Amino acid sequence: MPQTIERQTVMSLVNEGAQLVDVLTAQEYEQEHLPSAINIPLKELTRSEVEQRLRHDKPVIVYCHNYT
Amino acid sequence: MSARAACRLETLAFDRVHRYQPGKEDWFAAGLPREGTLAAEPRVADAANPDTLTCSPHDSAGEVQRRMRARGTDLCVVVNDHRIVLGVVREAALSRGPNMPIDNVLDPGPLTYRPHTLLTEIVKRMQESKGRIRRILVTTSDGELIGFLRRPEAEQFLNAKQQGSRQNAA
Repeated sequence: MPQTIERQTVMSLVNEGAQLVDVLTAQEYEQEHLPSAINIPLKELTRSEVEQRLRHDKPVIVYCHNYT
Repeated sequence: MSARAACRLETLAFDRVHRYQPGKEDWFAAGLPREGTLAAEPRVADAANPDTLTCSPHDSAGEVQRRMRARGTDLCVVVNDHRIVLGVVREAALSRGPNMPIDNVLDPGPLTYRPHTLLTEIVKRMQESKGRIRRILVTTSDGELIGFLRRPEAEQFLNAKQQGSRQNAA
């Protein structure tokens, strides 16, 4: 199961090279997102998209609005 | 949504997947940097006054009334020991006797907004409400009090920001 993390851990992991992924829509991402996050909307999490944009050798952090 | 995304990545052979469950709401509420087309827009937290009069639900009406008069306000925010908003009390509700616990007279459902809400959005709502929304509380998603914002201060803050932007653009 994916590990749930808090803000401080996000900062630490990103500093260590983790990939931050905003899974909201492109419009929501364009309006506001966390620094260094890339956008892969949930509906676009296909194998080909993910293989092109994410690396397997680094941790991945996903987020959306809140606890949804 | 992030739970499904994280599980999806695991099925695609990503073995170190983390889920930042509190999400961007939590990040922005903490005042951390943001990027995007709306990143520079002022938020309610920018204009809210953090020095808001508060009391405990166990305080007496008389004591709270005295503090409200000393501060020149007709509203006090009722919070617990962790500054979680339990309600508000208005001066008009304190006339039921000085020994009455605040718990008996508080309004448990004040209007609250998250700190990263756009200030323009709130000002517009206040203006369109025809006096029904004159002030709001700003709280985190956990209900912790950040501050208090009245319409005049909200409008003043927004005008100053917009004036600054125009001067920078000129």
